[in-house]
Amino acid sequence: MNKFGYLLKEGFKSIFTHGFMSFASVTIIMACLLIMGSFGLLAINIDNMIGDLESENQILAIVDETYTEEEARALESQVAAVPNVTSVEFITRQEAMDDFAEQYPEKVFEGIEASTFRDRFAVHLDDLSLTAETSQALREIEGIAEVSDSLEIANGFVTVRNVVSGVSMVLVLILVIVSIFIMANTIKLTTYGRREEIAIMRMVGATNAFIRFPFLVEGLILGLIGAVLAFFIEWGVYDVVFDRIMAGLVGNIVEILPFTTLMLPVLIIYLGIGVFVGAFGGLIAIRNYLKV
Amino acid sequence: MIHLQDVSVVYPAGTHALEGVSLDVNAGEFVFLVGPSGSGKTTMMKLMTGEVRPTSGTVQVNGFDMARVKRRNLPKLRRTLGVIFQDFRLIDNKNVFENVAFAMRVVGAKTKDIKERVPHVLELVGLKGREKRLPQELSGGEQQRVAIARALVNAPDMIIADEPTGNLDPVKSLDLMMLLERINEMGTTVVVVTHEKELVNAFSKRVVSIEEGRIISDGSDGYYAYE
Ligand SMILES: Nc1ncnc2c1ncn2[C@@H]1O[C@H](COP(=O)(O)OP(=O)(O)O)[C@@H](O)[C@H]1O
Ligand SMILES: [Mg+2]
Repeated sequence: MNKFGYLLKEGFKSIFTHGFMSFASVTIIMACLLIMGSFGLLAINIDNMIGDLESENQILAIVDETYTEEEARALESQVAAVPNVTSVEFITRQEAMDDFAEQYPEKVFEGIEASTFRDRFAVHLDDLSLTAETSQALREIEGIAEVSDSLEIANGFVTVRNVVSGVSMVLVLILVIVSIFIMANTIKLTTYGRREEIAIMRMVGATNAFIRFPFLVEGLILGLIGAVLAFFIEWGVYDVVFDRIMAGLVGNIVEILPFTTLMLPVLIIYLGIGVFVGAFGGLIAIRNYLKV
Repeated sequence: MIHLQDVSVVYPAGTHALEGVSLDVNAGEFVFLVGPSGSGKTTMMKLMTGEVRPTSGTVQVNGFDMARVKRRNLPKLRRTLGVIFQDFRLIDNKNVFENVAFAMRVVGAKTKDIKERVPHVLELVGLKGREKRLPQELSGGEQQRVAIARALVNAPDMIIADEPTGNLDPVKSLDLMMLLERINEMGTTVVVVTHEKELVNAFSKRVVSIEEGRIISDGSDGYYAYE
C-alpha cells in the first residue's frame, strides 16, 4: 500500500465512522445546492422568457392624425434611426383597424371608421430595459403624436428576474457558508476522534499537508456525493415542473428551457460548489490542530 | 545539539516558567534534567520540539533557531528528534507494528523500508514477537518500549523523554532507563526529564537540576542536587 492509497483509505474510513454526521452534511449540502440551483434555474428561465418577449414585443409610435399616409411613411427613416430600434414596420389606419376588429369581433366596434385609428409604426427594440429612453426619443420626432409601450409585461419580467437573481446570489452566499460550517463540524468530529493520532503525526514530523490530506479527502467525498445527489434530484424535480408549466403554456410565445440544455453547467457548478465546500470544510476542521 | 542562552519563557497567563536558562548539550551526551513538579522541565522539552517559543534568549536545536523557525519548517526539525512522554501516547486501535510503522508512514517512508526497519527496532527495544498486540494487551513497560521504538524508528539525532518512567514501577523504570542508556551508547543523544532521585542516582550521568525556572546545578557525575 503506497502513501497516497493510505491517505485515501483514511479519508473514506472516517466517513463511515461518523455515519450520521456524514449523512447530515451530505443532506445539508444537497439541500443547499437544490435551493440555489432551483433559484438559479428560475432566473435563467425568466431571462430566457424576457428574451422571447423582447423578440416578440414591439412598441407603437403613433403618427399625428393630421399627417397624410405619405407624410407618415416619410417618418420611417427617422424612427429607424433612433438608438435601440432594431426594425420598424409601417401600419396604416386601415390595417390597424382590421387588426383590432379581428381581435375583438364584438359588435362594439361596428361602425367605427378607419379614420378613428391613426397611422403607426411598430417598433422593435433591442434592449427592453431601455424602453423608457427609446420611447422618449421617439416622442421627440416631429409628427409622432404618441408612443404606447405595451411592454409592462416584459418590464415586469425584468424586475422579477433582477429580484430572483439577487435573491439567488444572496442565497448562494448564505448557503455556501452554512454548508461549510456544517461540513467543518462534521469533519471536526473525525479530527476530534483522531486528535491523538494528529498530535503524534506532528510530533514525528509529518507535514501539515500530509496531516490535512485525509480530512480534505473526507470533505471532498462528502461534497461530491451531495453534489451528485442534488443534480439528479434537481433533474427529476425540474422535469416534473417543466411538464406542468409547458402544458399550460401551449401556444404561448414564452417557453421553458428543457433540463437537458442546462444539465452540463448545472452539473459543473454543483460539483464545483461541492468540491469547494468539502475542501474548505475539511481545512477549517483541521485548522486548530496544526497551530504548533 | 542543544544550545540555550539566557532563555526565558513567560506563558500568556503570566507564569515565568523559565528565567535566564543557559545550557549546552553536545552530540552523544546522556543528560538527566531533574527538578520538582512545576519547575519548568516540560517547558524546556517543549522549547526543543517547537511547541513553545522562547520569550527571550536563544534556543538552537539540531541547527534550528527555535525563536525564528517557520512553522512549516517544524516538521523538518521534528524528524531529527524522537519524543517520549509519560503517558506513552500510542494509538489504541493500531497494533504494535502499526504504531511504530505509523511514524515512518507519516513522513513518507516506502512500504519496503518500513517492513525492514520496524522489526529491527522492535527487536532492539525487546518487543520481538509482540508485533500483533494492541497497546492495551501490553504492560506499561512494554507500552513505553513501543513508544521508544516509535521515537527511534526514523533514526533521530536526539531522543527527548519527558518523565518516561512516571507510570512505571521501579524495576520497569530501571529497565527502561537502561534501554535508553543503550540507545545512547549506540550514538543517539538522550535527554531524560525525571524527578525520581533513586533512578537518577543509579546511573553516573550528567544531571541538570532546575528549580523555579532556573538551573541550580549542572554536574557530570550523577550528582543530584535537588532534595
Ligand atoms: N500552557 C501553559 N500555560 C500557562 N502556564 C503554564 C503552561 N504550561 C506550564 N505552565 C506553568 O509553567 C510552570 C512550569 O511548568 P512545566 O514546564 O510543565 O513544569 P514541570 O514539567 O517541571 O512540572 C508551571 O508553573 C506551570 O503551571
Ligand atoms: Mg512536566
